[in-house]
Amino acid sequence: MSEQLMKTDELLVTCTALTKRYGSKTALSGVNLQLKRGRIVGLLGPNGSGKTTLIKLLCGLIQPTEGDIAIGGMPVGPGTKALVSYLPDRMYFADWMKASDLLDLFSDFYNDFDRTKAAAMCQSLGVVPSQRLKTMSKGTKEKVQLILVMARKASLYLLDEPIAGVDPAARDYILNTILTNYNEEGCVMISTHLISDIEQVLDEAIFLKEGQVVLHDSVDAIREREGRSVDALFREVFRTTGMEGGAF
Amino acid sequence: MEWKLTDSRPIWQQLTEQITLRILKGEYPPGGRLPAVRDLAVQAGVNPNTMQRAMAQLEQDGLAVGSRTAGRAVTEDTAVIQAARRKRAREAVAQCLQILADLGYTREEAVALLKEEWEK
Repeated sequence: MSEQLMKTDELLVTCTALTKRYGSKTALSGVNLQLKRGRIVGLLGPNGSGKTTLIKLLCGLIQPTEGDIAIGGMPVGPGTKALVSYLPDRMYFADWMKASDLLDLFSDFYNDFDRTKAAAMCQSLGVVPSQRLKTMSKGTKEKVQLILVMARKASLYLLDEPIAGVDPAARDYILNTILTNYNEEGCVMISTHLISDIEQVLDEAIFLKEGQVVLHDSVDAIREREGRSVDALFREVFRTTGMEGGAF
Repeated sequence: MEWKLTDSRPIWQQLTEQITLRILKGEYPPGGRLPAVRDLAVQAGVNPNTMQRAMAQLEQDGLAVGSRTAGRAVTEDTAVIQAARRKRAREAVAQCLQILADLGYTREEAVALLKEEWEK
């Protein structure tokens, strides 16, 4: 068995001059971004910086106002949807469903869904397949969604706030599950504002500020250059805009 | 042993230091197999690429030897391990002496204190 890890320079995602406006509000503005295979990338920014908009564009759930996206060399469409495994920032399943119903649903829907792996993940995360969603705690629901997303052998995993609102122990479980299960030839993008919790699992960090990419570099390069953690740098970059976007 | 990744230096450097310490303590004995990068990464809760870089540094330091097929092992060359051990000890002593000097200790007082603490 080879000890070499997958760290190619093969491009998976290219965004060119990507802009999204909602009416008069600009959510993303002229974003140029390249993501390579074999990386875990943090999409970091305060609320309202455009993280979810970028992820929805990559999923093909919304259309760009201007600019282009290519995933695996294809424009976003049915072809790319088969490559993308998406964890939305909120639950979209009916709450009468059991975890096992969802496993069935995903087996039907996605060719790359590994049901055996999903069952094993349920066991290791303490999810009871016969339990209904409505009787689950928030942390358990997060785990179920994560299992569905990570049990696919996708090229691009887009995880929108996977660790928001769960306790620190569940957070460790979730990060561990991501590390143990991601496809090494794929790319994982995790959006969050809880940077200190995920900094050490990231290869690269992307800072989004008011719809623009202000920084995209490897975590260790940032630490080397700045002499401080990405979390500390984030707090400084976003300090002056701390109150924006909050409805106080 | 727990993994501590607390300071703001590059994470791979902190990992290299901690694996080095395990080798110096004999937790990973000379010639012994090192766990796979992926397993170590999951254990430490870090990115596998970061752990890979830490291991590459260990190889560069001569403490680990890699083979493409059989994974990595701790070097069998105990001289290399001894040299690293001495270097680490010197660093610790230098750090300690600096603090004592800052506290106003003389050479004699420092030596006396060290003996006293050692024999406790």
